Amino acid sequence: MSKGVLVDMTKCFGCGACTVACKLWNEKKYDEVNKPTLGDAAQLVDINWTVVSKHDVTDGSGHEAWRFAKKQCLHCVDPACASSCLVGALRKTEQGPVIYHPDLCVGCRYCMVACPFNIPKYEWDKSFPKVSKCQMCYTRVAAGEQPACIAVCPNQVMTFGDRDELVKEAHKRIEGNKQLYVNHVFGETEVGGTAWLYLSDQPFDKLGFKTAVPQESLPAFTWQILSKLPAILVGWTAILSGLYFFNKRRNAIAEGKQDSTGGPQS
Amino acid sequence: MTINGNRVTFKITPFRLILMAFSLVFVGIVAYRLVTGLQMTNLTDAWPWGLWIFIDVKLGVALAAGGFTTAGIYYVLGVKKVKSVVKPAILTAWLGYCLVGFGLLMDLGRWYGWWHPIFSWGEHSVMFELYMCVLLYTIVLTCEFAPTLFKGIGLVKLSSFFKSLTAPLVIGGIALSTMHQSSLGSMYVLTLGKLNELWWTMLLPILYYSSAVAVGPAMVTCETALAGRFFGHDWDEPAMTFLAKWSGYVMSFYAVLRFSDLVIRGQIGSLFAMNTESLMCLLELTIGCVLPLYFFWSYKLRGMVMSQKMIVRNAVLMVVGVALNRGNVVFTGMAKAAGESYFPSAGELFLSIGLVSVGILVYLFIVENFDVFPSHDHYAATDKQEAQPEGASCVRA
Repeated sequence: MSKGVLVDMTKCFGCGACTVACKLWNEKKYDEVNKPTLGDAAQLVDINWTVVSKHDVTDGSGHEAWRFAKKQCLHCVDPACASSCLVGALRKTEQGPVIYHPDLCVGCRYCMVACPFNIPKYEWDKSFPKVSKCQMCYTRVAAGEQPACIAVCPNQVMTFGDRDELVKEAHKRIEGNKQLYVNHVFGETEVGGTAWLYLSDQPFDKLGFKTAVPQESLPAFTWQILSKLPAILVGWTAILSGLYFFNKRRNAIAEGKQDSTGGPQS
Repeated sequence: MTINGNRVTFKITPFRLILMAFSLVFVGIVAYRLVTGLQMTNLTDAWPWGLWIFIDVKLGVALAAGGFTTAGIYYVLGVKKVKSVVKPAILTAWLGYCLVGFGLLMDLGRWYGWWHPIFSWGEHSVMFELYMCVLLYTIVLTCEFAPTLFKGIGLVKLSSFFKSLTAPLVIGGIALSTMHQSSLGSMYVLTLGKLNELWWTMLLPILYYSSAVAVGPAMVTCETALAGRFFGHDWDEPAMTFLAKWSGYVMSFYAVLRFSDLVIRGQIGSLFAMNTESLMCLLELTIGCVLPLYFFWSYKLRGMVMSQKMIVRNAVLMVVGVALNRGNVVFTGMAKAAGESYFPSAGELFLSIGLVSVGILVYLFIVENFDVFPSHDHYAATDKQEAQPEGASCVRA
């Protein structure tokens, strides 16, 4: 079964423990001055696989309030990055995580262009940079454990489990508290679905989510074209060969067979 | 050392000295880039692709389309009157693809692994298909130009061996070009939601392919006009008129497709929204489609023959139009999704300028010493040499 995570952003109070757990487990450096993991300026970069961003909003009773959003790779069900990779360095695993194999990567960065959420980052300051993004702690997931960030959360903001079950759970929670939640599970249908699902009491675009994304799987569009290519290649070669012999014969007849092989090389 | 029985020559002119200076700077930048990585570029997480992908790959491949189109017109369609442009077109395409390959290598973060795709296939990736086709087509172009090179250095048997492969090479070359020219467009199909809708369409592969088939001969026309001026060749009227017609018809097909696509997808409103995207798109369409097609059809319908000046002007417009189109897809159309601005660093600029300079110098060297143009200075000498027994030239070489 493909795993997923349900994030209930109404429960997050922005302690940032998840970002610390991520750095420790994945051995990423800290640079809170230039590349903060927490607060208004928090953003995903090569050393930040997950961040908690702070957003000023107006709550249900009309008061100014803070909201926190945990960001990381959403691990799409049908990931554009994996379909874009020319060497298969990015792969969707059966358990759910979309993982990166640096030994294969040649560094073309098409995955960064392809990702609808602009998640993959690059180690621009390295001589031989790697693509950098959340791996959903795939070794832990493969061993039946939950990712490091979820394990440390003090307020059970995140629920780890089978994605299909989590979608049902998300809708159950919305039904159970219609006053609180926005009636949308972010990640259920976005780009054909993502392993990470979000619940919120605020419109998602106010929490820095990219909401204007297609609702269908992106690789399917490319595959419509790519799957036709072998037939086009064979058919086109046959047509060209036919034309070649036809015109060669026609020219030979026209020129009284004097210059049947004539090319610029002769 | 002699080529075609003549001493190797390379005239030194002020223009060539400038190109050499750029080439020297280029070698330095390449060494620096290979050691330090991509820090010298202004690329960021928001702009993972920049000038190198635009000039060295997108534009380079499109403008090198003259190789497969003219070869196809001559060998496959059997249009003999374009004979004089085929060899120069194959030469520029061959050099063009070598530059594209090198430019792409410079852009790869982990360039030492450039051969990985040969063994580790990402068969769902347009980039994989592009990589394979460009790699194979560069080999095809090398073989297509090999007869001239081997003949020049006196290896006549090798030359005629490659010459006997011409037909399959040309047909294979067109098939490979069809695949990768369209792939350059298909690549951006995956950016649905990021690339502005003025450019994003499922027709991207067909638009890229048809514009390449139109701009290839236009680029050959520009090159022929330039080479004619430098080397004092005659203007091959029938060949050039044919290429102008070819580009005119194919560009008309492209324009009809492009405009219908915009209308059907309801983008006419955004086309005239007068923001950056709309203005750049209008500029692209005016220069690349409306103007050259207006000139082409107004002459055609009045039954007039286009003059040399007219043909060259139309070709230049089409080349600039396609450059604008490729630039708009890489930069203008993606700017909003990137959310920040990008301008290439001096290192990026000079690497691209240097790469093109090296290409021009190699081109000039080959043109000066090998039989590329029919009206070449060495022509008489070559004819004389060919009259001698075959062995004689080998001994002299």
